[in-house]
Amino acid sequence: MLSVESLNVYYGRIHALQNLSLSVSQGELVAVIGSNGAGKTTLLRSISGLLRPRSGDVLYQGRSIAGLPPHRVVELGISHCPEGRHLFAPLTVLENLMMGAFSRGTGEAYTRNLELVFTLFPVLKERKKQRAGTLSGGEQQMLAIGRALMADPALLMLDEPSLGLAPLVVARIFESLVTLRRAGKTILLVEQNARMALSVADRGYVIERGQVVLSGSGRELGTNPEITKAYLGGEG
Amino acid sequence: MSTLETLLQQLFNALSVGSLYAEAAIGLAMVFSILNLVNFAHGDILVLGVYTMIFGLAAGLAFWSAALLGILASALIGLFVERIAYRPLRGAPDVSLLLTSFAVTILIENGLILFVSASPRAFPLPPYLSGFVSLGNLRLPVIDLSVILGAFLLLLVLTVLVTRTSIGIAMRAAASDLTGALLCGIDINKVIAFAFGLGSAIAGVAGIGWAGRIGKIDPFMGLEPVLKGFVACIFGGFGSIPGAVLGAYILGGMEVLLTAFLPSEYSQYRNAFVFIILIIVLLVRPSGLLGKTDKEKL
Repeated sequence: MLSVESLNVYYGRIHALQNLSLSVSQGELVAVIGSNGAGKTTLLRSISGLLRPRSGDVLYQGRSIAGLPPHRVVELGISHCPEGRHLFAPLTVLENLMMGAFSRGTGEAYTRNLELVFTLFPVLKERKKQRAGTLSGGEQQMLAIGRALMADPALLMLDEPSLGLAPLVVARIFESLVTLRRAGKTILLVEQNARMALSVADRGYVIERGQVVLSGSGRELGTNPEITKAYLGGEG
Repeated sequence: MSTLETLLQQLFNALSVGSLYAEAAIGLAMVFSILNLVNFAHGDILVLGVYTMIFGLAAGLAFWSAALLGILASALIGLFVERIAYRPLRGAPDVSLLLTSFAVTILIENGLILFVSASPRAFPLPPYLSGFVSLGNLRLPVIDLSVILGAFLLLLVLTVLVTRTSIGIAMRAAASDLTGALLCGIDINKVIAFAFGLGSAIAGVAGIGWAGRIGKIDPFMGLEPVLKGFVACIFGGFGSIPGAVLGAYILGGMEVLLTAFLPSEYSQYRNAFVFIILIIVLLVRPSGLLGKTDKEKL
């Protein structure tokens, strides 16, 4: 479904992604793990059109999407729930969700997706008239995921959904990812919390300094002694 | 006139002046909230609307048709300026945009001198707009009443546009978090064009009221509305539309009341007093009255 081919991305003179290739098949939950600064966020930003790759290609359902503006990528069915959430703080929860569906309008899909989001995160329904900035961290993350789902994506990309959240809330968020995966969504998950990510992922990639250094099934990576040492050791 | 009547008369003047400042400030605030650009050419877009209206009148159009033509011209010129002057600079440092806005200002003002004239032109009001309404001892100019009523209606329409329409909510979304807006699939060029078009149309309305009050127009008349709008925005919190409106009415109120009640030897310094108050407000609330404080940001 998604295939990233020898992607090279630069920030000024910093070579952030170096010949990076990976793929995601329909219906999979794929995790990308790696330490801070490894290039995980850069990878997602290059797919969603926030960054323009220097060379290489991003193929989505067979067509090249590298260099397309973000709104075109969303229209094609890829949603990116960014690190730091980037919610619209002064807007209400419902307005945030409406904006998620900006490219889809308010037709039948809108109603269906709104229902999906409210089923997944009932607290958002209770707070739909509240300003997003007044929500707790966990609720904000739920809203960010909900907003990404409103675009009716076939591929959902999430960047560090566990960042800064209490373990119980993290568990709740990951549960929702498993639910979405079962409902047929394809998910590309970027995480520093490797243990959590690999426990729900079908497959995983480990990236370091902009390159894929290891890949395998979630279970393989989760039990690989090198990974355990490098990424799971201190995180208990 | 009793003191109360004087106060009421002055409050009425303040409302009228504040309405014009508000109309000038709204477009500045909308554009700034998305692009971080203080569009100094905003005043010239206002002036071009008034000139278009005068040409419309000279060509025999009725007052209101000509007014509509002027407002439409302001909106189109705003869109045009964004498209040819600012859009190519997307991603450039903010200061490049600011300098470009000065360039647009110079271009428009000199274009008007070259192709029209540097000397002022009369702005003819129809008789029913040039009279007074008497209320007890109060004399309320019809043009001021129209300005206040017009601003009130405009604010209502604007509120509906930015809270009830998809593109209006998208504009507020883009102002609050540009990356978030991009990732929602919002076509940012459409939103920016919306902000320029709408803001410039509202500036066009301000221009008509402005020219109507002073009875003439010249190529440099855009400077004052843009400066007043700028100050109003700073008062209210730059980038906030309600803040710009609030700041504009406070600014108008202060100017009028200071002129009316300061001893005459001081009233020529009213602008200095206004800025002293502005400085005090900013010392207490550095981001303006309704501006975002860091706490409210995500």
